[in-house]
Amino acid sequence: MPSTLAFVELPVGDWFETLVDWLLDTLGWLFTAIRAVVGTAVDVVETALTGPSPYVMIVLFTLLAVVATRSWGLPVFTALTFFLLESMGRFPEAMQTLALVLVATVLAVIIGIPLGIWASRSEKVSVAIKPVLDFMQTMPSFVYLLLAITFFRIGRVPGVMSALIFSMPPAVRLTELGIRQVDKEVVEAANAFGARPREVLTGVQLPLARASIMAGVNQVIMLSLSMVVIAGLGGAPGLGATVVRAVTGMNIGMGIEGGLGIVILAIYLDRVTAAFGREGRGRRTSKSVGTDEQSLSAGEDDDEDAETDPVDDAIAQDRPTTTS
Amino acid sequence: MTKLRVRGLTKVFGSQPRRALELMEQGYQRPEILERTGQLLAVADVDLDIDEGELFVIMGLSGSGKSTVIRMLNRLIEPTAGTIELDGEYIDALSPAGLRRMRQQKMSMVFQHFALFPHRTVGENAAYGLKVQGVGEDERRARAIEALETVGLGDRVDAYPHEMSGGMQQRVGLARGLATEADILLMDEPFSALDPLIRRDMQDLLAELQSGLDRTIVFITHDLNEAMRLGDRICVLKDGRVVQVGTGPEIIDNPANQYVEDFVSDVDRSRVLTAEQVMRAPRRTYRPSDSPREVLEWLDEQEFNGVYVLDDQERILGVARDDRLVKGIRDGVTRVGDLVIEDYASAGPDTLLSDLAAIAAHHTVPIPVLDREGRLLGVVPRARLLGALSNEEVPANA
Repeated sequence: MPSTLAFVELPVGDWFETLVDWLLDTLGWLFTAIRAVVGTAVDVVETALTGPSPYVMIVLFTLLAVVATRSWGLPVFTALTFFLLESMGRFPEAMQTLALVLVATVLAVIIGIPLGIWASRSEKVSVAIKPVLDFMQTMPSFVYLLLAITFFRIGRVPGVMSALIFSMPPAVRLTELGIRQVDKEVVEAANAFGARPREVLTGVQLPLARASIMAGVNQVIMLSLSMVVIAGLGGAPGLGATVVRAVTGMNIGMGIEGGLGIVILAIYLDRVTAAFGREGRGRRTSKSVGTDEQSLSAGEDDDEDAETDPVDDAIAQDRPTTTS
Repeated sequence: MTKLRVRGLTKVFGSQPRRALELMEQGYQRPEILERTGQLLAVADVDLDIDEGELFVIMGLSGSGKSTVIRMLNRLIEPTAGTIELDGEYIDALSPAGLRRMRQQKMSMVFQHFALFPHRTVGENAAYGLKVQGVGEDERRARAIEALETVGLGDRVDAYPHEMSGGMQQRVGLARGLATEADILLMDEPFSALDPLIRRDMQDLLAELQSGLDRTIVFITHDLNEAMRLGDRICVLKDGRVVQVGTGPEIIDNPANQYVEDFVSDVDRSRVLTAEQVMRAPRRTYRPSDSPREVLEWLDEQEFNGVYVLDDQERILGVARDDRLVKGIRDGVTRVGDLVIEDYASAGPDTLLSDLAAIAAHHTVPIPVLDREGRLLGVVPRARLLGALSNEEVPANA
């Protein structure tokens, strides 16, 4: 322990080591199970991506770009840059990285969106989740990798798990934000016609929060890509490993190739997911409907099924103008 | 017949509503309760009896609690206390499932900012209530089109709300409210976000629809002219309490207190008051058999130009005008009935003062107010008309 001027010395690091040891002892079976499931998932995705000839894959990626953007810019970019990847011999590594990103993203979305929905319906959950998300986002990513390696040993699984933790917060935040931003009167309207809570959520709130949620998914993908690259340090295969090898061997050429591959992948994933998020932009979101002078302060209360305390809400939000 | 009976409806916003309720029962008002407990008494002990087929307007300024009242009727806001009885069923006691059924079948709602679903077409918006009820797609569409036709948008089923103007969007909102054929339509300041001209159109549309539909409508507004135009009866709210309930003319004629009086002082009286409210009994009428000389003497004395001659059914035969009487007496006519002319224009008891003014401009004799059988109910002399329009106390004999 370093000497300190504080009155009390708190061996926080020691405590956590003890905690980690305890977790490994008692929940070892859980970590083994997660390791098996996630490892298998990555295997399956990687096999699917690397199984076919790279040229088939390039065509598929290009088609996906066409479907997403309905223009020719991104598809041309995709065809050229993915062909470049293949020519550099970095295509397999790129697919390994993509497999890690996809698995981490799917997990982050599966966990993050429901959490975001929950937080949007309950003030308590929202308040409780916020510091946890802040913690997850600001803790240096290397620390996650360290923890993940402790629990899941080296390889792809710690890469996926650290990426999952690092990338999940935007999915939660932007889902919550998106749902909360849906015009209160529109939600009231659904309730006023006797819709069930589930119908309000799936038929009104989620569709109107779609742009925000998709922005969250986009960020999840970008963050997990960055984390998966760092996971190269922990033995995760792919472009991250290429870069790590280049750095340790001072191999500039390999470093540039690996780095370029990551940039190409990042641009592709960003543009494609952003395009899916914008789809249907002709239909406006709830906020822009109606007259411009409309304010969003109209509502006063939540539907009876929400878990928030509607009374506190009403007081907090619009005490001075209780009505109209 | 009372359709919706509300008793003691109260809403306290805050974490300790009981304390606020206690103070309310001791007669404290909103500001004191807020100061002493931190609880906001939004609606206090409101009693309403809304009749079937009535367009009932709840009017108040912002903060009066009117939006809270209407949202408690379908429990978008849970009442803190009080009962709401619809067709003998207590809405306040319904289970969540019962409440949903009530909202689906008995009460629909139209919102201030339209609250259309921007990701659904106009037709899907109009059909939303039916969809929630589980009505099949074909029937849903047919009934949505029907509802859209009643608001003049039958051809815009497949448009999206954002492609429409505000007025048209609110027509869709109205169609959505009508499509479920609920008995009660709640309208929360439906026209206040619209331009004045469009607002007028929508008011006309609603009045026209209502004459054919006979729904029970609870209509919220802060605009007294709108309340007077549309409402069968008006409830004035202030600080969450009912100040006065009555027809528009009743409220203008007899404001319950200074607050209502100030409120109605700038209302366009000519569009609210009717002939019935300003007419008085005619000073004198004559029978056809009366002598022209007698009539002329009376006119001379009163400095009037003419007087009505009635038959024995109290129907007007015509006006006996001084110039004609003089001529008739010279010619030896003995029955005033033979000298009357039809130089007058009559009004009904419901004729608005604005229309009376137009008539009065062309006639010198007081305007007669006739019932449906043509019997004379009273007359409106110009002095009374002008006095009523200017909100001055008119001497009874004017």
